[in-house]
Amino acid sequence: MKKIIIIILPIIFLLGGLSAQDADAILKKVDENLSSENRVFESEMIIHGRRGSRTITSKTYSVGDKRSFTEYLSPPREAGTKMLKLEDQLWIYSPATDRTIQISGHLLRQSVMGSDLSYEDMMDDRKLTEIYSARLTGEEVLDGRKTYALELDARVEDAAYHRRKVWVDTERYVPLREELYAKSGQLLKRTTLSKVEKIQGRWFPTVIVFKDMLKQGDGTEFRMTSIQFDQEIPEYLFTKAALKQ
Amino acid sequence: MLAFKLAFKNIFGAGYRTILNIAVLSFAFVTIIFYNGVIDGWNQQARRDTIEWEIGQGQLWHPSYDPLDYFSYQDAHGPIPEALQAEVSAGRLAPILVAQASAFPQGRMQGVLLKGIPPGQSILKIPTAALEEQDGQVPVLIGKRMAQSIKMKEGDQLLLRWRDKNGTFDALEVTIAGVFDCNVPTIDGGQVWLPLERLQDMLGMPGQATLLVAGEGFTPSGDTGWAFKGHGYLLADLNKIIQSKKGGSGVIYGLLLIIALLAIFDTQVLSIFRRQKEIGTYIALGMTRWQVVGIFTVEGTTYSILAILLGALYGGPLLWYLSEVGWAMPSGSQDIGISIADKIYPVYGAGLIVTTVLLVVVSATLVSFLPARKIAKLRPTDALKGKIQ
Repeated sequence: MKKIIIIILPIIFLLGGLSAQDADAILKKVDENLSSENRVFESEMIIHGRRGSRTITSKTYSVGDKRSFTEYLSPPREAGTKMLKLEDQLWIYSPATDRTIQISGHLLRQSVMGSDLSYEDMMDDRKLTEIYSARLTGEEVLDGRKTYALELDARVEDAAYHRRKVWVDTERYVPLREELYAKSGQLLKRTTLSKVEKIQGRWFPTVIVFKDMLKQGDGTEFRMTSIQFDQEIPEYLFTKAALKQ
Repeated sequence: MLAFKLAFKNIFGAGYRTILNIAVLSFAFVTIIFYNGVIDGWNQQARRDTIEWEIGQGQLWHPSYDPLDYFSYQDAHGPIPEALQAEVSAGRLAPILVAQASAFPQGRMQGVLLKGIPPGQSILKIPTAALEEQDGQVPVLIGKRMAQSIKMKEGDQLLLRWRDKNGTFDALEVTIAGVFDCNVPTIDGGQVWLPLERLQDMLGMPGQATLLVAGEGFTPSGDTGWAFKGHGYLLADLNKIIQSKKGGSGVIYGLLLIIALLAIFDTQVLSIFRRQKEIGTYIALGMTRWQVVGIFTVEGTTYSILAILLGALYGGPLLWYLSEVGWAMPSGSQDIGISIADKIYPVYGAGLIVTTVLLVVVSATLVSFLPARKIAKLRPTDALKGKIQ
């Protein structure tokens, strides 16, 4: 009996180690697809509320995970509103008041224009491999696509979500679904990613549906209408002065 | 004495004009006392409630804490200074930890402030005994305004989401263990009160606080780095509001007083015009002009004395009744962010009454004297002839 245990135990540990290693490798491939030096994209945010849906279009320039600049293009009520993220600070310019305000504290937790995304969500854009240790828990089929089911546990103290579940397309290494959990285990958000397209040599989901599981409503749909990676973005865009221009 | 006798005789002889003057002046007198009584009553109630429910005998603030600056909340917490631990243990200081969070009543997201307070504290009137944990539930307290805004009642479950000291999201369903009714909106609207140790645990900040509320017997001493804020500082905003209200109300009752004084002024001008022969007779009988001016001035002053007596006659019972039943505030006035009760009980201090009496008498004397000065320029012969000058 002892002999059997002595033989089996190292195999179990070895398999477990391999599994973690595989999971981390999968996660790395996901990061390679989703992260880029910089990107410029136009998008439609369709917010499904209790009184119907509304669509907000915007154009975003982002560099790494530290800097981004967004200008809202429509509807007329939101057009001209600009948002600037620099490191962990966020400013919003409203053309109606011609004022720039810094979003902090309570306001960061508020939803962006009534969507299921908070300002905090928009600010957290680090690579998954920087934050989480992954564990492969199995394979599942989602919408006809074979996926790896991964469980991610935060390995840094300042992770926004303590635990995530991610279903990654086994061929294209793009997440098709994500569930974000609180430390207590409460499911906080669910993200569904679809319409995966090959753009500049990488697979990228162009439709993302965010659902805040604590709120009522059918979630917020985020459609990328155009996206370009590794573009030349003028430096002046990432200054507060650019908000008023 | 002669002046008073003549004054009373002339006043009662004037009939309706006198009644009108006295009635209007007495109304102004009663209104001034009532208005100021309401503001004084509100001031006393607001100060008392703020002290009992929110600020105690003062507060010690963490160096980064600024209640008016939400940017400061994230960093405004730290271990309770060693030098103050004994005071906390003795119950002379109640530590409060403040954190921002989101609540999800009926699936709606609402920004809230989480405030941790020891369940056993007795410095503030907040019924924190209800925060004793039992049956594995996390009890919380909310104020009546918060309960109304999130449409929840005692026993309901409320989902909270917050970020701990590292910024990691956490969420928990808590039970509303009680809804307290107080007139201090700054501890009510958008706030959820939890057991201190539970909140410290939720945020990963054991032994930490944002501010300490002082109770009876606490004397600030030594430099702990935490700034002590006394009543003068913590009630400064309330004092300013009261002062501004008093200024605003002064305009209203000032107008009323001016109307009453205008009536007296007109009466005096008319009296002097119509009673020129009488004035001439007084002077012919040997009175000096200024003595005659005195007679007319006293007449005007007598209006104010009679107005005060009349005001006391009907205003006394009326004001006493209002001080007993209170003055109901319009609904919604409690939501404007300052301490204001559903009913304000006016307080009429001796200082207020004496000041109002003096104001009415002096102003009535002044407006009586101004037209009477004309008498000093009258020639007695012309006055006897009744010549208009």
